[in-house]
Amino acid sequence: MEIHPEVRISVTGGGSGTGIASLINGTIQIANASREMSAEEIAAAKKNGIDPVRFTVALDAIAVVENPENPVAGLTVRQVSDMYTGRFRRWSQVGGEDRPVVLLSRESNSGTYVYFLEQVVRRGDPKGAELFSPETLLMPSSEGITAEVRQNPNAIGYDGLGYVTADMKKVAIARGEKAPYVLPSAQSVRDGSYPVSRPLFMYTAGQPDGRIKAYLDWVMHDGQHLVKELGFVPLPESGQ
Amino acid sequence: MSSLAPLGAANVSPPRPPSRSSIRAGEFAVEALIRVLGFSTIGFVLLIFLFLLREGVPVFFEVPLRGLFSTLWYPTFRLFGTLPLILGSVLVTVASIVIALPLGVATAVFVREVAPRWAREVLKPVIEVLAGIPSVVLGFFGMTYVAPLVRQLLGAPTGLTAFSGALLLAYMALPTIISVAEDALDSVPRSYRDAGLAMGATRWQTIWRVVVPAGRSGILTAVMLGMGRAIGETMAVMMVTGNAAVMPTSLAFLFKPVRTMTATVAAEMGEVARGSTHYHALFGIGIILFVLTFLINLAAAKAIFQKRRRGGLR
Repeated sequence: MEIHPEVRISVTGGGSGTGIASLINGTIQIANASREMSAEEIAAAKKNGIDPVRFTVALDAIAVVENPENPVAGLTVRQVSDMYTGRFRRWSQVGGEDRPVVLLSRESNSGTYVYFLEQVVRRGDPKGAELFSPETLLMPSSEGITAEVRQNPNAIGYDGLGYVTADMKKVAIARGEKAPYVLPSAQSVRDGSYPVSRPLFMYTAGQPDGRIKAYLDWVMHDGQHLVKELGFVPLPESGQ
Repeated sequence: MSSLAPLGAANVSPPRPPSRSSIRAGEFAVEALIRVLGFSTIGFVLLIFLFLLREGVPVFFEVPLRGLFSTLWYPTFRLFGTLPLILGSVLVTVASIVIALPLGVATAVFVREVAPRWAREVLKPVIEVLAGIPSVVLGFFGMTYVAPLVRQLLGAPTGLTAFSGALLLAYMALPTIISVAEDALDSVPRSYRDAGLAMGATRWQTIWRVVVPAGRSGILTAVMLGMGRAIGETMAVMMVTGNAAVMPTSLAFLFKPVRTMTATVAAEMGEVARGSTHYHALFGIGIILFVLTFLINLAAAKAIFQKRRRGGLR
């Protein structure tokens, strides 16, 4: 808006579903979504004369972190899930020292919470029945997680990759028993080998032109430094 | 009112004394203003309570009572069991008072009865400064120093426990407890001490058997006010108690993470959709908190009232 002071951008909250529904109804021009539109949604949009176009604007990865003293280097998604549901209560159950597990999570209103729940705790099935164990410590801020992980060798936590500081140990994650353990990094997120990551989309109603095209261009180029500041992974240099 | 008039008159010494009727009019205006201000406080409290009711009462219709007082608080999945939060608040508050009461009363006794005059002059203002430390500062201190210490000393899995919260809350309730308890001891008549000493009691016996019991209703008030301070505290508690919504069913949970009502409201209000069940549920917690604080204050007021009725004998 500094470059185009005549343009006003209004952002409304709600989940990806809310945004996509508004796009289908034609009330908005751009829908931010952290998932792809389903076939039904695309069909519904086309019926309303709207042809949704998908743009990838950023990448999101969640790193699982632990205290640097913790010898556990890699975990499978299933092991992390079993820890967070309270089935595994000691580090020795995943090949670590004989210590209790202290589960750390972001507050339940954060997008990270829901994504981690669906992708890791429910192992990719958003309709699964698994819940975070009630004993999970819900920290109001990233700083809360950082402070506890830094000083408590029992702790396991997660946060957006951009929030992970050098004094925490990132855990390599494997999709399954036989799959490779991959450490989260901008590289492994971009090539898709790190399991707990996802692209973030903006859907437009039809091929964008004019101001909307200018806005999307800005988001995908000059705006990418903000992506990093907010704890997400910027797009590779080539753009989309 | 009459005490106000000389103040102006003495300093200004007007050339001509104002007429009787203009004094009366001025007095009337000031009196009316003060009255309006006084009553507006009551009005504001009522308005806040009405607002709380308007935003919070819908939850009692949207969620069945059985669900509201169940043991699972997962607002994302429409599980609004407030019982773990209520018990979490109660556990942390009671524990903090158990810690703060002996310390507070002992400090009050020392300041009032034992300390030499110069020490008292230093101690009283310092204790009042304690009350002014912002709770977020205490919370940060708790998160970085108290919690790790609690973990290392007690060997608990994590230091973010109800106990850490109670320690910080005790620290916050202390200035209130000390000041009010000291006032209570202060108003015990000197003749009681003299009588005690004349009966051959030692100084310690006089303090412990005569002065403290005589001031006990004031000390009870101190405890109630300290409790009111503790149960409503948010920031520090949110930072050190771990915020895990478990049911604290035994004393062992003192050394485990708990989630209080205040921390829940503070942590979740920022992102909740206005008008949703979750939003109403958070205000519902506000109502529960308001009622609890009101009951505590009522108990404190009752203690003060009883003290007055019995006159000098307290």
